[in-house]
Amino acid sequence: MHTKTLTELKAGLANRDFSSRELTEHFLARIQQYDGDLNSFVTVTDVQALAQADAADAAIAAGKAGLLTGLPIAHKDIFCTEGVRTSCGSKMLDNFIAPYTATVVEKMAAEGAVMLGKTNMDEFAMGSSNETSYYGPVKNPWDLERVPGGSSGGAAACLGARLAPGATGTDTGGSIRQPAALNNITGLKPTYGRVSRWGMIAFASSLDQAGPMAQSAEDCALMLQAMAGHDHRDSTSLNEKVGDYLAALKDDISGLTIGIPEEFFPDTLDGAIADNSRDAIRELEKLGAKVVSVSLPSIKLSVPAYYVIAPAEASANLSRFDGVRFGHRCDDPQDLEDLYKRSRSEGFGDEVKRRILVGAYALSAGYYDAYYRRAQQVRRLIRDDFARAFEKVDVLMGPTAPETAFKLGAKKDDPVSMYMADVFTIGVNLAGLPALSMPTGFINGLPTGTQIIGNYFREGQILNVAHKYQQATDWHKQAPAFGGAQ
Amino acid sequence: MSWEVVIGLEVHVQLNTVSKLFSGSKLSTGAEPNTQASLVDLGLPGTLPVVNREAVRKAALFGLAINADICRHSVFERKNYFYPDLPKGYQTTQLAEPVVGAGEVEIQLAPKGNKGGEGEKKIVRIHHAHLEEDAGKSLHEDFHGMTGIDLNRAGTPLIEIVSEPDMANAEEAVAFARKLHAIVTSIGICDGDMSQGNMRFDVNISVRKPGEPLGTRTETKNLNSFRFMEKAIALEVERQIDVLEDGGEIVQETRLYNGDTHTARSMRSKEDANDYRYFPCPDLLPVAITDADIEELKAAMPELPDSRKARFINDYQLSEYDADLLSGSIATAAFFEAAAKAGGDAKLAANWVMGELAAKLNAEEKDIADSPVSAEQLGQLIARLKDGTISSKIAKQVFEACWAGEGNPDDIIEAKGLKQMSDTGELEKIVDDIIANNASQVDDYRNSDDAKKKKKIGFFVGQAMKATQGKANPQQLNKLLQEKLQ
Repeated sequence: MHTKTLTELKAGLANRDFSSRELTEHFLARIQQYDGDLNSFVTVTDVQALAQADAADAAIAAGKAGLLTGLPIAHKDIFCTEGVRTSCGSKMLDNFIAPYTATVVEKMAAEGAVMLGKTNMDEFAMGSSNETSYYGPVKNPWDLERVPGGSSGGAAACLGARLAPGATGTDTGGSIRQPAALNNITGLKPTYGRVSRWGMIAFASSLDQAGPMAQSAEDCALMLQAMAGHDHRDSTSLNEKVGDYLAALKDDISGLTIGIPEEFFPDTLDGAIADNSRDAIRELEKLGAKVVSVSLPSIKLSVPAYYVIAPAEASANLSRFDGVRFGHRCDDPQDLEDLYKRSRSEGFGDEVKRRILVGAYALSAGYYDAYYRRAQQVRRLIRDDFARAFEKVDVLMGPTAPETAFKLGAKKDDPVSMYMADVFTIGVNLAGLPALSMPTGFINGLPTGTQIIGNYFREGQILNVAHKYQQATDWHKQAPAFGGAQ
Repeated sequence: MSWEVVIGLEVHVQLNTVSKLFSGSKLSTGAEPNTQASLVDLGLPGTLPVVNREAVRKAALFGLAINADICRHSVFERKNYFYPDLPKGYQTTQLAEPVVGAGEVEIQLAPKGNKGGEGEKKIVRIHHAHLEEDAGKSLHEDFHGMTGIDLNRAGTPLIEIVSEPDMANAEEAVAFARKLHAIVTSIGICDGDMSQGNMRFDVNISVRKPGEPLGTRTETKNLNSFRFMEKAIALEVERQIDVLEDGGEIVQETRLYNGDTHTARSMRSKEDANDYRYFPCPDLLPVAITDADIEELKAAMPELPDSRKARFINDYQLSEYDADLLSGSIATAAFFEAAAKAGGDAKLAANWVMGELAAKLNAEEKDIADSPVSAEQLGQLIARLKDGTISSKIAKQVFEACWAGEGNPDDIIEAKGLKQMSDTGELEKIVDDIIANNASQVDDYRNSDDAKKKKKIGFFVGQAMKATQGKANPQQLNKLLQEKLQ
């Protein structure tokens, strides 16, 4: 059962080939058996999962199945789940049980999804390797000595190893797409504002966006259908009609114009990475797409701009973790300052502290104009670059990540080299555009991915392009040897 | 050469919306601690703010009331600092683009010198007014060496009104503060209850020799009554002059005034000042106010204190100063108008409301809304004065009885037999008796010149009043005496 896609499992449930309880028990057993090596889950919610599965079976029997009824889903541990710990990968929230549930989780549960548990992640979503988690690094199922990418590394690894058929992720600078590429799965970051951020612990509020991760674009369409929509509790959630993403999959892509930004294929790029993405684009040409070259001249500034804006927002977002109302509190505080200093020093890991310091610095008196304001100006330039490109093309394509999964610990002491892992994904967040990463081949047995970027609210079109590609190829069907995933 | 005082005010006005600025919690006073604090107010991870449009509407209404520019796209920013009763570690407020831009307020000062003259008028410029959320409260008692936190107040909508340093003494500052109170209560955006902290004043004070540049200023924070404000200003002005005359220097600092002991102390100096690292709040979109919104607000604008004052001068022939006093609060104005209407004499009504009634209310620390003598009762009293049923001396007696709850003035006059003696026959008999029994005084009177007669007639008036227990109609009595004594 675990090799099947969500779409296939949904059909199997409808067909009564198996029950949601059987399906859920199967995945729980796989997690039990294999996640010790992988460390992709922080919390497994087996009791609740089986109760949800039974309810799903009853709903199916009564002919009342929703979009996701009975399908097991793993949620990133950044989404608040009432009654179940939400750690955000941090010691700070190791003891935190939210008294409410995130909109994303609520909407998927309303469509009948079964929650298997909460997946591991970089602490507060800050990282590209899943090594910053308080709960230890996640391993890449394609090579247990390598990282799964991050920050949604737990989600991508459990999907790659087929410990879950679908998972939620969040993407602030590439945190869905980069791990998707490194684990040979498909992941979509929707348009900023498409999916509610209510209940999703904030890293950088103007960039954070939740999205689906699964084996195929078709599965992502199914999940997004349940996740998307306006939420009056999130002022930045947009009141734009949700498309019919499953219907959009069927659209013809002949006549589609694909733009290839030259900046996504720099001379310094690993030739094999470039080749895999070029091959994918050629495949789409065969299906009738046209290809043109475009330029995004400001995109080269996206990493520095991002590493000012995201830490600046994070420095304020993480101020609420002060040991006063929830989360880690130091023992025997001597006074208020001691309470703050020790609770935060003990509760946060190094990368989080680094970003809080960078962010506070960028916002401080005398530096604001040189850093924060300048970064916002760069952000506008990047948005304008994309807008100009979309006057000529329907989608943009290029490699998702500049390299395949690297060895655990390889970049631990070199944050800047780590930050470059997101060089192709960050611009999309700064512009607020939707983008998907899909598997497009291997290098030395390690997966690579290609990114499809669309215009605002064109999730349906991106999913359509990826789906057509996946119908014509089978890279996305490849699974690692680990855990009998094949 | 004497010193010149320069005063500017920052005034926090609590808006009387139903719910908080960024959450659906009700505003409340006196509720059990933390029972009016929602997930958002507690700053729980993953929660997001949503702007209360009613608060924006009320802030804009204030702007229109002081002829200020209304910002069409005002921006909320985060002001970052740590404090236990500040749940998010930042206050959401406005800085660069506040809702209300520059405006002005006219104040009326008391007449000086000769009685009957008009007092001076002065314009105080408003720099801007912005919307922001209030913090919670720290409770230092009853927690045995620890501090309790009550977040019921957290998120309460405030407008902070910032004046230019246009005031030159405590009287002007208090007049300005009262005028703001009159405006915000007249337009119905604030309940104006000072004892509940509905309005709080921060006073910036500096002194200089005329013609010199501005001196170093101090800020005395959180004054919550006009009386304390007046005293605190006097105290600080005196302190600054003493320091400077002793050859010292004023330190820029924040000071706290204690009204009970009439002392002030330094809270923090500029060196300890926070760098608040303001930046636009990424969770909130700019607040849009359209031309249509503004037209709607203008149409709904209640009568402002200035137009009410002009109407009082025009309709009731009141002096500028009297009209200013009576138009200042809606409650006083309404009381005055009702009493004037019921009594048929505006001048008498004005005198009674500002005189006898104000004195009694002050002495018993009552609001005019809680006056034991209603406007209708005062009106009845005025009507009896005007139609000669009672004298002004008796009127005071009736007023006291009415205040004590002995009934309506008409009933009191009847029950106590306080009607003036208007039966000429009865009064004539009393006057004849007095003339017959005081032959020497009569002779003395008759032998005096006209000027002396005017004084000497007082003796006979006194005798008559004594005999009638003050009920003799003074005009009638005078007339009778003059006739009989000729």
